[in-house]
Amino acid sequence: MTMASHFLLLATFAFFVSLVFAVLAKDDTREQIRFGGLMFAGFLASAFVLGWLMYPFPL
Amino acid sequence: MPATAGPETRPGGLLLLCLLSWAIPGAGHLWLGRRAKGLILLVALPLMFAIGLAIDGRLYPFDFSDPLVGLGALADLGIGLPYFIATPLGYGRGDVRAVTYEYGNVFLIVAALMNLLVVIDAYDVALGRKR
Repeated sequence: MTMASHFLLLATFAFFVSLVFAVLAKDDTREQIRFGGLMFAGFLASAFVLGWLMYPFPL
Repeated sequence: MPATAGPETRPGGLLLLCLLSWAIPGAGHLWLGRRAKGLILLVALPLMFAIGLAIDGRLYPFDFSDPLVGLGALADLGIGLPYFIATPLGYGRGDVRAVTYEYGNVFLIVAALMNLLVVIDAYDVALGRKR
């Protein structure tokens, strides 16, 4: 199996990390969903921002 | 006085709890009666580790001549039993030519390090420091 989409891999990674941290950091289900959702969104948003910031730089 | 004083707060019980929690991700929480947390961790961490293997990540060898490789090997060990299942079956050799190689390494190492956080969390729960 090869999943070559960088964005999909990033989103999968963000999902798992957010899930585990939400489960460990919060006890209430609603708080877990809120914390995990915010963390997941933060991962994706920072990836987009950093991606665009790096856009002008050559490889 | 710990809030959840019980057999698992004895030193031997705590050691067993930590070993179990390390070997089987989430098992420590299941033992302590945190079923939902335990089940989520039991699925999420081995699945993340398996994805890392599937996308050509590498389980680093214990070669401390290159400190980063040695530290990577120690980190990989954090996932517990899945590591000892994957290694003899030939998984985790990694393919440096694969576009997903570095992603795979990150999945493997982060899953294993998060399992160590889970062990610490189970320890805290057993001592009554956390709910």
